[in-house]
Amino acid sequence: MLSKRIIACLDVRNGVVVKGVQFEGLRSAGDPAALARRYNVEGIDELVILDVTATIEGRRALADTIGAVAREIFIPLTVGGGIRSEADADAAVEAGADKVSLNTAALETPELLTRLANRYGSQAVIVAIDAKRANGGYAVYARSGQAAASRDAVEWAREAESRGAGEILLTSIDRDGTRSGFDCEMTAAVSNAVSIPVIASGGAGGFDDFVDVFTRGAADAALAASIFHYAESAVHDLKVHLRAHGIPVRL
Amino acid sequence: MIALIDYGAGNLTSVRKALAALGAEHRTPAAPGELADARVIIVPGVGHFAATARLEAAWRAAILARVDAGCTLLGVCVGMQWLYEGSTEAPDVPGLGLLRGRCERLPDRDPSGARLKVPHVGWNALEPRRSSPLLDGIEPGSQVYFTHSYAAPVTEDTVAATEYGIRFAALVARGRVAGMQFHPEKSGTAGLRLLRNFLEGVPAQSDAVETDHRLSRRP
Repeated sequence: MLSKRIIACLDVRNGVVVKGVQFEGLRSAGDPAALARRYNVEGIDELVILDVTATIEGRRALADTIGAVAREIFIPLTVGGGIRSEADADAAVEAGADKVSLNTAALETPELLTRLANRYGSQAVIVAIDAKRANGGYAVYARSGQAAASRDAVEWAREAESRGAGEILLTSIDRDGTRSGFDCEMTAAVSNAVSIPVIASGGAGGFDDFVDVFTRGAADAALAASIFHYAESAVHDLKVHLRAHGIPVRL
Repeated sequence: MIALIDYGAGNLTSVRKALAALGAEHRTPAAPGELADARVIIVPGVGHFAATARLEAAWRAAILARVDAGCTLLGVCVGMQWLYEGSTEAPDVPGLGLLRGRCERLPDRDPSGARLKVPHVGWNALEPRRSSPLLDGIEPGSQVYFTHSYAAPVTEDTVAATEYGIRFAALVARGRVAGMQFHPEKSGTAGLRLLRNFLEGVPAQSDAVETDHRLSRRP
């Protein structure tokens, strides 16, 4: 049976993980490769490196970070944040990314999805959708949640799929950082509207939130950051919990 | 020498890194003539079966000639599908025909009628069908990473199958030809072990007497 995937997100700036850098027992706190190594040992299914850098120097550091992680960890690696062009995607792939995640650039230039899918295959193209509840629907936002895109998440997810995206990374702006649980209704609405996998993100607080999003939310995968950063063996414990609730996982 | 075939279907960085981690020296030949000293040929692949059409007649002939000469061949993902007679994904594009059968689209309903997403993306279990050195150190039920919409049928060549709506061939071997529908380079320690098992089987296999790696109907 296909397992539900647990994905850890590493927010990286200038080569350093900027969230959750102070947990104990990790020699080089803040080193993305060290954190990735720990997650890998704990049984994480995939990694996402989200670049929150804006400078040229930071971009170069990003390639080093991707390379350091990809050299020793052989699970799918996605790179997102600031991928605006084919050249940006090429640089990430060249450094060792298996998938690239596009958000604002895909909204502004949807054809970019098709070009990247033709070049690398749809499995390498993720569309990140940041959305919040509005007027009974789910309003999409660009530029890290700053700019309303005048699109509905369900409709945009369908279009992204038709243009060649291979997965949807759906983040609830309402829930992000609240630890109050995933937006299961929004996740289910998008997941049931497309045939490609949907990764739920935003709001993970406890293990039962993952049970909810894999059942009520119809998610194919769930992504979190801080819940994994602060507790040793959280990934393994989460999977044990999911299996006990009848959810297929890789243990 | 391991020859990694680049036919423009996706990126080879992950496969290269996995081979490097195993200490396996490899290169990417630019032309079919450069296959002459290859002992192992790996055909990777992601994306559409039609991409294999870029491996035009000269490549096909060179690869088949090397296999005839004792070279070991591994197809990964679409590269494995290419080992078969063809795929409904691109009916006009012939496969190599080294393995019997045609690849079909995965079903979008399971036997109970529940909806299944296609592509099949993520970690799923290997169910051994017969013993093989390829499975050394691999526990039954070990999970590997898949991303595909088409799959090959379970036949006598199937070493391990995987279930997603139907059972399909996940790991296959016939003589000097092997295939992995999953991505060993993305399947953690299990994936690296499977790749290592394949590479370790190479010398013994190339010393072996002529095996029936070709279907009898081929001239």
